[in-house]
Amino acid sequence: MRIRTTLLASVATLAVVPALAACTENASSDGDKGGDARAVTVTSSDVACELSAVEAPAGTLTFDVTNTGSDVTEFYLLGSDGLRIVGEVENIGPNLTKKLTVNAPEGDYFTACKPGMVGEGIRAKFAVSHSDDEAGVSASDQELIDQAQANYRSYVQDQSDQLLLRTKEFVQLYKDGKDDEARALYPKAREHWERIETVAESFGDLDPKTDAREADVDFAAGEKWTGWHRIEKDLWPQDATGYRVLTPQQRATYADDLLANTTELDRRIHATGKDALTYPIDAIANGSIGLLEEVATGKITGEEEAWSHTDLWDFQANVDGARVAYEGVKPLLATKDAALADELDAKFGALQELLDQHRSGDGFVSYTELSKDEVKALSDAVNALSEPLSRLTPAVTS
Amino acid sequence: MTAAGGPARLSRRGLLGGGAAAAGVAGAFAAGRLTAPETTPVAGPVASYPFHGERQAGIVTPAQDRLHFVALDVTTDDRDELVALLKAWTEAAARMTNGESAGPVGAVDGPGNVPPDDTGEALDLPPSGLTITFGFGPGLFVDADGKDRFGIADRRPEALEQLPRFSADVLDPARSDGDICIQACADDPQVAVHAIRNLVRIGFGTTAVRWSQLGFGRTSTTSTSQSTPRNLFGFKDGTANIKAEETAALDEHVWVGAEDDPRAGWLAGGSYLVTRRINMTIEVWDRQPLESQEQFVGRTKGSGAPLSGGEEFTEPDFAMSGSNGPIIPTDAHVRVVHPDANDGVRILRRGYNFVDGSNDVGGLDAGLFFIAYLRDPRTHFIPLQRAMSRNDALMEYLRFTGQALFAVPPGVAEGEWVGQALFA
Repeated sequence: MRIRTTLLASVATLAVVPALAACTENASSDGDKGGDARAVTVTSSDVACELSAVEAPAGTLTFDVTNTGSDVTEFYLLGSDGLRIVGEVENIGPNLTKKLTVNAPEGDYFTACKPGMVGEGIRAKFAVSHSDDEAGVSASDQELIDQAQANYRSYVQDQSDQLLLRTKEFVQLYKDGKDDEARALYPKAREHWERIETVAESFGDLDPKTDAREADVDFAAGEKWTGWHRIEKDLWPQDATGYRVLTPQQRATYADDLLANTTELDRRIHATGKDALTYPIDAIANGSIGLLEEVATGKITGEEEAWSHTDLWDFQANVDGARVAYEGVKPLLATKDAALADELDAKFGALQELLDQHRSGDGFVSYTELSKDEVKALSDAVNALSEPLSRLTPAVTS
Repeated sequence: MTAAGGPARLSRRGLLGGGAAAAGVAGAFAAGRLTAPETTPVAGPVASYPFHGERQAGIVTPAQDRLHFVALDVTTDDRDELVALLKAWTEAAARMTNGESAGPVGAVDGPGNVPPDDTGEALDLPPSGLTITFGFGPGLFVDADGKDRFGIADRRPEALEQLPRFSADVLDPARSDGDICIQACADDPQVAVHAIRNLVRIGFGTTAVRWSQLGFGRTSTTSTSQSTPRNLFGFKDGTANIKAEETAALDEHVWVGAEDDPRAGWLAGGSYLVTRRINMTIEVWDRQPLESQEQFVGRTKGSGAPLSGGEEFTEPDFAMSGSNGPIIPTDAHVRVVHPDANDGVRILRRGYNFVDGSNDVGGLDAGLFFIAYLRDPRTHFIPLQRAMSRNDALMEYLRFTGQALFAVPPGVAEGEWVGQALFA
């Protein structure tokens, strides 16, 4: 499965992420359009860049950019040095319109249309005047961002290390035929995968080899099924009709393959230099959202662990990962939208309270033990959290 | 209900059946009634479409707003019983598409001591553009036990085999397959349901319902006279569909050619029908940022223009670069299923939105009931679906819960019955 919204890129391919990345959105702002001094219309042709205004009061500005040219265009709001990108909107096809929403304090700026996406662009001066409802953009934001990125990187690396350690243990038990012990370790090892699932999934080649469910595989087209769930079925074959258990030799093949792919994942997560993963703030926020999506689409339905029914471990681990990512950007969110932070705290708490009701020993009950009403209550709590969480990224990057 | 009075055999409109005057709309019955070469679409509301013609109606007919689709299993082993049913169905379908009752007597004009031969809920309603389209599934030729119940196994079209399971399919057997299908489309849901209800009733004892599906809000355009509707993702759907006016494209991609399959000559001039019940995870989709939604689809949500620019009907420019790879992403739906990426293959889609209440966790049991007519599933469906399940960004938000394949015989001439050539 791919979650496009979590785009982790290595430095080599990463476009410059401005310290205060502006969010681009097409939704209209709350302010009335008529005579809003902060709403600017931009017409970008092949040869010109026309703005309906060249100044605006400080605050949240919107630029409605229409491409009347024949080539793809971009629009930038640049700092007074003409270099710092305050906000940008890209990939505007001919005849299409996109909106840039950006928070701009008082100062001198440049606007630039970039037909053909190359060169300096067609530039003009843009002035932002003082205003009483100027949004605070503090220098300490950068510190909060740096802190969030460092923390999240350590978290991901730590989970990956633990995943590798427990996968090693697990495959050894499985190869040695110690099935009871392997079954006990299975959900605990997978927790570490599920906590960083959105990062792991960003490696499109490793994810299907490692975490594909039987239903995801197109056997008719010759695809092979490997990874955690292949082994899961072999350890919990009681519900499978006509299933033939794997021979020790086959077990070794699948076990070694899983370990090799997990080792490779860990290597990539720890890569340095030009191959190092970067965690832009929007990717961290999107990772939190993506993990909740995983819960809503895969865990709630009980489809993820079709044979072992250990879905609640995965569920909890997805929520753990989502909460850690959210808490990493929370200090930043608190400066921009404290009400959203309060709401998310409450909803994460409510969901956790529900999950805690299904604990058993050092883990959880089997998913098959939940009643329909209990599953629905979990689903309702996931929806209640997911809706406000879906606004996290624009909130922290505004 | 008040009896309409008057003689028996009254049409639902209280007029003797047939006659353009009865239609009340100029241009109904456009296209010859005996051998309509392909119903010529007429702009504006059409009161009724003739059942008889060179092709079955309901394929290139401008897509109506409502659907009731049923798949049936044949429960008899008796060929004569099956033939008798096909004859009875033909008669009833011809009557109902003309705005008359299912049976010759009607809902209220028979004796009081017998159940009426029409269920009555379409009394007083106009034909509402009703079309009824029949198709035959693989099980009619060879049943699950490998038995040739009706002596037609040697006429089974080569391509009429159970479709493979694709990755990410969660097919429900109770919503898949079937020996015979009937598609009823109309502009009034009550008229579509009435048609299926009465045909099912006529079939009791010979056929049994396997599954059925209601649909609303066509998600495709099958004529240039129609505007493009929206699916439940909120996007325009069917912009690049084959239109009734594109006769050469229909011959190439939709109608089975005379030489396509020597052992199934009865299917020449017909088509294949693929249905897939596609559930959308609506709640998760709705939380995606607008820009992401547009990237998944490859079109803007407002106008439906491709992300490479222009307007709805502007051809997508897949080569156009954006700031980070192509401006239409490599996994955008419009790119993955486009003819350019699939050996020029096009299909005629005729799907509908559906909402079947809510599921166990309060999510909408909703999505798109995909219907496509095509010349050969081996070239025109399986590769497309495989590409989609492998590469399409939308897959994240889709679950395929039902699937079926049918061979759709050509049209029925006056005095003939549906499938006659197959049983000749």
